[in-house]
Amino acid sequence: MAAPVNGPGTDPRAALAPGAAVPTRRGTELLLLGFAVLITLAAHLIIDITVTGSPGTEMVTFGVWFSALWGVAHVVVRRFAPYADPLLLPCVAVLSGLGLSMIHRLDIAGEQFGGNGAASVDAPVQLVWATVGLVLFIAVLVIVRDHRALSRFAYTLALVGLVLLALPAVLPNSEINGAKLWIRFGGFSIQPGEFAKICLIVFFAAYLVDKRDVLALASRRVLRLELPRGRDLGPVLLAWVASILVLVFERDLGSSLLLFGIFVVMLYVATERASWLVIGLLLFAGGAFVAYQLFGHVRVRVDTWLDPFAYADTGGYQVVQSLFSLGTGGLFGAGLGGGRPDQVPVAKSDFIAAAIGEELGLFGLVAMIVIYLVLVERGLRTSLVVRDGFGKLLAAGLAFSLAWQVFVVLGGVTGLLPLTGLTTPFLAYGGSSLVANFGLVALLVRISDAARRPAGAAATTPPKLTDAPTEVVQP
Amino acid sequence: MNAPLRKVAISVLVLFTLLIVNVNVIQVFRADELRADARNTRVLVEQYDEQRGSIIVDGNEIALSEATDGPLTYLRRYPQGPLYAPVTGYNSLIFGNRGLEEAVDEVLSGDDARLALSFRRLTELFTGQDLSGGSVELTLDPAVQAAAMSALDGRTGAVVALDPQTGAVLGLASTPTYDPNLLSSHDPGAIRAYAEELEALETDPRTNVAISERYPAGSIFKVVVAAAALATGEYTPETVIPAPQDYILPGTTTDLQNFGDRPCSPTGEQPLIEALTISCNTAFAQLGIDLGEEAVREMAEALGIDGTGFDIPLQVEGSTIGDIESDAALGQTSIGQRDVALTPMQAAMIAAAVANDGVLMNPYLVESVQAPDLTVIDQTEPEPFSEPFSAEVAEQLTQMMTNVVDEGTGRRAQISGIEVAGKTGTAENAGPDHNWFIGFAPAEDPSIAVAVFIRNGGGTGGDISAPIAREVIEAHLQGGG
Repeated sequence: MAAPVNGPGTDPRAALAPGAAVPTRRGTELLLLGFAVLITLAAHLIIDITVTGSPGTEMVTFGVWFSALWGVAHVVVRRFAPYADPLLLPCVAVLSGLGLSMIHRLDIAGEQFGGNGAASVDAPVQLVWATVGLVLFIAVLVIVRDHRALSRFAYTLALVGLVLLALPAVLPNSEINGAKLWIRFGGFSIQPGEFAKICLIVFFAAYLVDKRDVLALASRRVLRLELPRGRDLGPVLLAWVASILVLVFERDLGSSLLLFGIFVVMLYVATERASWLVIGLLLFAGGAFVAYQLFGHVRVRVDTWLDPFAYADTGGYQVVQSLFSLGTGGLFGAGLGGGRPDQVPVAKSDFIAAAIGEELGLFGLVAMIVIYLVLVERGLRTSLVVRDGFGKLLAAGLAFSLAWQVFVVLGGVTGLLPLTGLTTPFLAYGGSSLVANFGLVALLVRISDAARRPAGAAATTPPKLTDAPTEVVQP
Repeated sequence: MNAPLRKVAISVLVLFTLLIVNVNVIQVFRADELRADARNTRVLVEQYDEQRGSIIVDGNEIALSEATDGPLTYLRRYPQGPLYAPVTGYNSLIFGNRGLEEAVDEVLSGDDARLALSFRRLTELFTGQDLSGGSVELTLDPAVQAAAMSALDGRTGAVVALDPQTGAVLGLASTPTYDPNLLSSHDPGAIRAYAEELEALETDPRTNVAISERYPAGSIFKVVVAAAALATGEYTPETVIPAPQDYILPGTTTDLQNFGDRPCSPTGEQPLIEALTISCNTAFAQLGIDLGEEAVREMAEALGIDGTGFDIPLQVEGSTIGDIESDAALGQTSIGQRDVALTPMQAAMIAAAVANDGVLMNPYLVESVQAPDLTVIDQTEPEPFSEPFSAEVAEQLTQMMTNVVDEGTGRRAQISGIEVAGKTGTAENAGPDHNWFIGFAPAEDPSIAVAVFIRNGGGTGGDISAPIAREVIEAHLQGGG
């Protein structure tokens, strides 16, 4: 956990005698990756044997491909980010492996029972998307040798992010299940919002580092809160309006909530002013109230959230089925291949957590949540340790975005929060989400490499004097 | 920036703890409730993956499971649905199992312990093949069942036919009936629509009139009182008893009358056999009071009327004579009114006890349980329930009941060449009278005992129910029974 680590102790270099070699921990990473691959292949095998009685023909192909994927990822990290946090990649590997196994399991159920709509074989497609994701991962690590370089493109990325965000609202034919989140071309549909999220986080980080001093200026104190000057409210209001626009034009409660939450938290981290959190919360409450009053789809979501069983056949159907799935799974689960997770609508994407809860039980689901927690906390730890302000804020934003998304999605699936259309990172079926999140992890790996690299070790690009941390004494 | 970062890290921990607490609540504390929720089709759907055993009557499957191409592997089918619906019940995706589908579910679904020992079951267990259920062969006589259902002819009522010597149920009819196929389909919408249609009817056909409902017994209860009298040894069929035109119930001003307020005899008294033959109310009310509550209640309880019911293995509602607070109440009870409430099954058992020389056999519907490979793994052995009266009393009652059909109220149950014994009943209630007939044949060596009940038929038991009994008995005797 990042929290208890304090002061200079957060800097791994401080614990070592000057000049001593910092362990890269790549061996640990390789071992854990091997473990993740093993878990995935075992899950695959168990599913095949339980459901069909023998290992599927694609087992070997899948095994080789999936192992190769992480082997390559490991080699690339070893070469281009040798000091990267050794836990980031294995967490992603085990989550995506679990996701692939579950999608494969639901593919089989689709063949068996017909399922909801046409049975389709999605696991191989997802594996291809994971491969595309890996390509992006490698590209980011190879091209972005120093994360600080990204801040130079902040405004370009902001523009790209906004365009991506707005695209589905403008384009026709973008509506799936009532939310306009998709752009389609050829046989593909992609969800640009996932990429927009990363672009905007990079922009937020650069912008906030730049403006943090101004935004941290207090004009007056009210009830122990130091309120910012009125004219500095601009950016937060802008983010708020953008979120509302997303909600109105794309009917996407999830992205709206996600972006606004990320922005407010990053603002808080940058300025160290709790007043921003309060302002954000008030704006959120106001926005939520207005949205509830004005938009039918928001009202339906909230009503079904409050009492899903009252709408068990209509709006609450998905959540109720998800709760049945989880409840039937119980403590130990039905075992892989032993349940009926296909009874839950869109189990491969939105409700994949319910499928995991049904077949792997409470233990499996909690283990999955804890893996996310480890991933997020490692990201936040990177943020604590990294020297430059931009890197700190970027890592915090990326890690928190993962946490916030997982919380909102799983909260929705388990009835804790209203249901949103967000996807479960790395687990859920869907190319855009998987590829984008691989990019996100690549950035985290890049920053964690910078965070852990000994000051004397050759950086890929020499740090500018202005960015150099002041507390480091060069040996 | 590190101070707020730590707070963010802690907040994330809190958020994830919330998630974990919430899934604990769902998967541990609410698990049983969610698993058992009627809208959670998982448990039911699981059953459809296994071939459910059949229900068999006389070698023919009246309920069987067939493989389909749909998402649910097996479909339950009832080839003669409405005819056997009162027995089979249904196997519904929405409403669960009812009737025998519920009562012998463990056998049909393959969970019964008796099945566990069969060889095929063991091999299935170890080879991981889909387990299939066992079958049950019923005691029903298809000719009796068909005659009973067709004779009821859409009226609300029931027919129960027993083999008096064993207690085997030969016919169990309840009308109006329904088509269990339509409740057991794989289409939830169609099932709900059909259920709503049934609910909208005046009587929901899913109510089993023969075993689940109790009705005032009327004059068929006089057989019980007559049995109590004969069993004392102080009465014979020829014993002359008071039979006035009107009888003021003791301690009241209530005038108990005969049917149509007719005199039973010009002399105001008549032999017991005569009183039963014309179903004289004043005679039996007074006889019951003379015998006392204890004698009447003991005889009723010995015949199974003790409020507890039977498990055949369908649940038979318990029949009762109610609390008797006074002699006046005893007088009304003795003619089957006041709180006397019998199921048609119980009524048939009264006739069966007389027919079987005073030995009442436990009624049963399942002849044998068969493993999936059709080897018989359990056979029901007939068991006596009680011996309410001696063979001699049974003989006397038979003589009296034969007289009822020969020259009394039960004439319309006569069959040429065969001696039929019986007793009619016309029970008063809030609506039009209920019409009863209980009887058995052939009187000298009975092979079938029946009870016929028509709810609110409005006529007399002799007019409405006796002819139905005749048709059912004929169907049985012609069938070689």
